[in-house]
Amino acid sequence: MGMLAKIVTWLDERLNFVEPLREVARHPVPRRSASWWYVFGSAALVLFLLQVVTGILLALVYVPTGASAWNSLQVLDHSIRLGWFLRAMHGWGANFMVAVVLIHMVQVFLFGAYKYPRQLTWVAGVFLLLLTLGLAFTGQVLRFDQDAYWGLGIGASITGRVPFIGSWLVHLLLGGPIIGGATLSRFFDLHVFVLPALLAGFVGLHLLLVLKLGINEWPMPGRLVRRETYLREYEELLQRDGVPFVPYAIWKDMLFAAGIVLAVAFCAAVLGPFGPGGVPNPTIIQTAPRPDFFFLWLFALVALLPPQMETPVLLIGPVVAIAALLLLPFLAGEGEKSWRRPVAVLSIMLIAVCLGALTHLAETAPWSPVMNAWSAAPVPASDLRGRSPIELQGALVFQDKQCRNCHSLGGVGGHRGPALDSVATRLTEDQMIRQVLQGGGNMPAYGKNLTPAEVTALVSFLDTLHPAGQAPAQDAARKIVKETESPGEQSGHP
Amino acid sequence: MTEEREMSRRALLVKLGVLVNIVVAAALAVPVIGYLLSPLKGKNHYLKWIAIGSIDDFPEGQTRLGTFRNPFRRPWDGMTDDTACWVRHIRGTEFQVFAINCAHLGCPVRWFPQSQLFMCPCHGGVYYSDGARAAGPPPRGLFQYPWRIQEGKLMIQAGELPTLSTKA
Repeated sequence: MGMLAKIVTWLDERLNFVEPLREVARHPVPRRSASWWYVFGSAALVLFLLQVVTGILLALVYVPTGASAWNSLQVLDHSIRLGWFLRAMHGWGANFMVAVVLIHMVQVFLFGAYKYPRQLTWVAGVFLLLLTLGLAFTGQVLRFDQDAYWGLGIGASITGRVPFIGSWLVHLLLGGPIIGGATLSRFFDLHVFVLPALLAGFVGLHLLLVLKLGINEWPMPGRLVRRETYLREYEELLQRDGVPFVPYAIWKDMLFAAGIVLAVAFCAAVLGPFGPGGVPNPTIIQTAPRPDFFFLWLFALVALLPPQMETPVLLIGPVVAIAALLLLPFLAGEGEKSWRRPVAVLSIMLIAVCLGALTHLAETAPWSPVMNAWSAAPVPASDLRGRSPIELQGALVFQDKQCRNCHSLGGVGGHRGPALDSVATRLTEDQMIRQVLQGGGNMPAYGKNLTPAEVTALVSFLDTLHPAGQAPAQDAARKIVKETESPGEQSGHP
Repeated sequence: MTEEREMSRRALLVKLGVLVNIVVAAALAVPVIGYLLSPLKGKNHYLKWIAIGSIDDFPEGQTRLGTFRNPFRRPWDGMTDDTACWVRHIRGTEFQVFAINCAHLGCPVRWFPQSQLFMCPCHGGVYYSDGARAAGPPPRGLFQYPWRIQEGKLMIQAGELPTLSTKA
């Protein structure tokens, strides 16, 4: 007997662990469930372990105080050998973990694996998703750069919309009246102690349930789940076509997990760590805060919702969404398991399209004014050539009054308002004057901020913005007035 | 008979054990909950009057960025205590002091003197020079700090991150 075997035997006499472990390893799974579709759960677990390890290593250097957090990240990035790589692994590991958890969830949903008797496994999974997202958000805060600072401000502003107890909740969230050292401390506490401990607990419950109830069988269209017969049928399936988890299924889990970790390392090595961005100094206001990738859809949502719907959606939406996820297995615990469930498939497609579209929009954020367009983007030369002095003066007004921050010319500038390259074909002179003076439709009224001369110049310039060969819009009545007016009598009466 | 009595005695002792533990846990939990809720203070606890500069620092008819250190701070806060605000000197001794935070979701608004507008870089909220909402998603105008002039200094009452339910 080798030395190792002796040690194992000695330990097993006292701990009695070999037999239970063997039972776990040899637990039967349906042959068709030993599939490449069933590898995402274990990959998520491996990513969580990777996060734990890299997190512990980062905590050796990271200083969770308002005054030093940002500097300690600089030290990690630049002064400690491979510190940047560990930060990058942790950051990319987080992104991969959110993605894999979501994919796992979609697969489980489409395979109907949450149905009887595995409802509780799904419920534990919902909590695992929420904890994963919680870790992603709190982790972004620990970066404690400008984006983290203003991200906290956005969090506080959303919290402040809670009726009656809003101010208490804001102070609890921030750990005081402002975003400061106490805020970072409590997010550190959550990110490093509370959430990972809860996550580990739920992972334990989740795995225990998978072992107790057995892995979901491969769903067959038309094979319905019935409470009275399911357990017996599953048992028969295992008898007829069951294989031990080790080695039949585990090799796929292992290969996939290794591939995922390698992908994380590849992204980390090639693309590097996330930030930190600018220092968390609230007096530096030349900033346009953006959330991390997985919260971009939310950024888009709050920009696009009608204002009066924002508070209800922000406060009630999450409650409804979480309740729906938790109740799903109890409301639809039986019946068809396969992807032959049109409502289920359409729901996934709808959610995916919505989240994808919102994320895509948030990447360009057309609703954000381009704060420096008025001084940084010149008016295209083609819009200036051959123009009269008053029209040129109008172009100057256009730039100087920051119109460009929201309106693009030649594709450059803000997209908050419509592009104005052909505005003259859409609005008559009078309509333009009204729009400039009174605003409306997301545009401020410039009535008090422009002199009549500036308005005249600006509108003369805007009236030249139409494609060659396409006449500007004209008020028919105005045309008649102009024709009947003799030159030199424009402002007088006959 | 004896056995049953024995059992009920044991059962009583177990219940007593549970009860004692509940009492101890409650006695310990109450102060811990108090510790967790310590950031919750009375209505104006965090607010203080502080000077943000001499009134001459803010020329009449202009709106300029003012900065101050938040009156409530901890030594390890670092630069997060530094706070900015927009100071509008209307005329004489008339001022308006706006929070930097957009009333929509708290992003820092920027002042454009040319067009006399505040613009928010996040979701496109726009405000007029007097802080009134001009366009975009904000549900109200800019938050304003109470101000007063004391010995030639412009003082504001500040201390909290302004949101829809906390004061500027």
